[in-house]
Amino acid sequence: MYKNLSIAQKHIVWAWAFLALPVVFYVVIRFYPTANAMLISFQDWNLLGSRTWAGMENYQKLWNDPVFWQVFRNTFVYLILGTPISLVLSFVVAYHLDKTRFMHGTIRMLYFLPFMTSAVAMAWVWRWFYQPVPIGLFNNWLAQFGIPQIEFLRSTTNALPAILAPAVWAGLGFQIIIFMAGLRAIPQSYYEAARIDGVSKWSVLFEITIPLLKPTIVFLVVFSSIGFLRIFDQVFNMTTGDPGGPLNSTKPLVLQIYQSAFTDFDMGYAAAQTVVLFLILLVVSLLQLYLLRDR
Amino acid sequence: MAAVDDIRASSDTLFESRAARRKANMGQYIRWSLLFLGGIMMVMPIVYMLSTSLKWPHEIYDVSLIPKEPHLENYTFVLEDGRFYGWFINSLIIATITTISNVLFDSLVGYTLCKFRFPGRYIIFIAILSTLMIPTEMLVIPWYLMSQSFGWLDTHWGIMFPGLMTAFGTFLMKQFFETVPDDFIEAARIDGLNELQIWWTVAMPLVRPALAALAIFVFLGNWTAFIWPLIVTNSWDMYTLPVGLSTFADEADVAWELVMTGAAISTIPTLVVFLIFQRFIIRGVVMAGLKG
Repeated sequence: MYKNLSIAQKHIVWAWAFLALPVVFYVVIRFYPTANAMLISFQDWNLLGSRTWAGMENYQKLWNDPVFWQVFRNTFVYLILGTPISLVLSFVVAYHLDKTRFMHGTIRMLYFLPFMTSAVAMAWVWRWFYQPVPIGLFNNWLAQFGIPQIEFLRSTTNALPAILAPAVWAGLGFQIIIFMAGLRAIPQSYYEAARIDGVSKWSVLFEITIPLLKPTIVFLVVFSSIGFLRIFDQVFNMTTGDPGGPLNSTKPLVLQIYQSAFTDFDMGYAAAQTVVLFLILLVVSLLQLYLLRDR
Repeated sequence: MAAVDDIRASSDTLFESRAARRKANMGQYIRWSLLFLGGIMMVMPIVYMLSTSLKWPHEIYDVSLIPKEPHLENYTFVLEDGRFYGWFINSLIIATITTISNVLFDSLVGYTLCKFRFPGRYIIFIAILSTLMIPTEMLVIPWYLMSQSFGWLDTHWGIMFPGLMTAFGTFLMKQFFETVPDDFIEAARIDGLNELQIWWTVAMPLVRPALAALAIFVFLGNWTAFIWPLIVTNSWDMYTLPVGLSTFADEADVAWELVMTGAAISTIPTLVVFLIFQRFIIRGVVMAGLKG
């Protein structure tokens, strides 16, 4: 049978033989669950009882739930604080590290090391830093210098930035490395031309470097935005005992989803929230495609 | 780069006065010092974690970085508890098998999409690409139900099945197979190799750096994965390191030196691997980040 096929036909057979198992995987483990999550979002189900049709009930509940809006707001606060701060910090470091030769590799290693840690382990380390005196490192420092104590994790205003800090910290190394690769890709001839024309440093930065880094910047903005929108590990581990922080002040969407599904067993409600998360991330991804369309 | 630096240096001597150069040098020193200081600050949390894991309980109130009487009692205590061994092994098994699976299947699919022309190719391509937009969090509830009905809850298979193939890895590999000349593959066909042999013996060795980059990303991702293992496991002997650490730290709550020891145990392996393969890993991260 196989011997009688033309070369093109043999290729088709091979291609589908190679793809058979992966196609099953993507259908069963990716597409079916996606459809299922959307279906469950229109149902009422507590995992034990029967699944009953609920129509738009879960979405209505979502719309009228003050906790959901709080969570929605928190999620965007993580994004709006986290993305610009981490981008500016990593760009400043990358820009200067790019011009530094002495111990270049060592310094790069220092900045990159946190990226190799696990978010759970580091969440507990930072949690210790934030404890009140006499335990927490930060407050002990403050006490040594006679500065008033700061409530970190137990304050409704400070807890969210306090949880954001280790997330920004751990991601900086990756962004610095990507920025440096982007800086290296800019042809030196642009800089030489600017130097001959006597253009100031700041003009070079804003007229040449940053515009030419646009693809890198868009990639990092989207990459880190998606990361902050999905923040969970740090929040979960820094607020065990009081998940979501005082008055839900730190609770992001993913933690709310986790609690609805696996603490309250309200599967339909949790699924409706995952659909909202999906739509938010979809908009961010499409925005990236739109911004990079002329590439 | 060296040549460019030379050009810069020579233009400096031509156009700028000695005073201006001294000023530039001064700027360099300040730049370097600030960068170095920033780098030290970046590793401080890790250093403090390690230092506290060597302290006695009464000493953790002390902000000094160097323990007065460093000792390994905390490590002995945490490891004698026994659970960390199991968690470590679980994480190792899951991260290793997932990495092997991704390296094999992502590259096979990437290769097929890149080098074969067949009906349905475009649809498969778009279908796999579209899964990049689906967040894991949306799938955890259906995966949980699936695991429940197939009896996969609380098993290694249950923890790893969602990550056995990734669209990210597939596209990374597809990009890199574009660099393999079709002539090589044609030549191998004429030599009588079948398509599976061509993929494995001709194409795969040519994309080794990309395979390594993919392996690093997948391994690190699974080693630190938290939310899905947290959901799918419910007995402590099936926990992975992050889930185990989370419950352990919650129990040990006030004994911060033990919490730090547990955190150190789960962090040290990746740090050691990184310090050994540093250049290689950074190159891999850049490759995966820019092409993926």
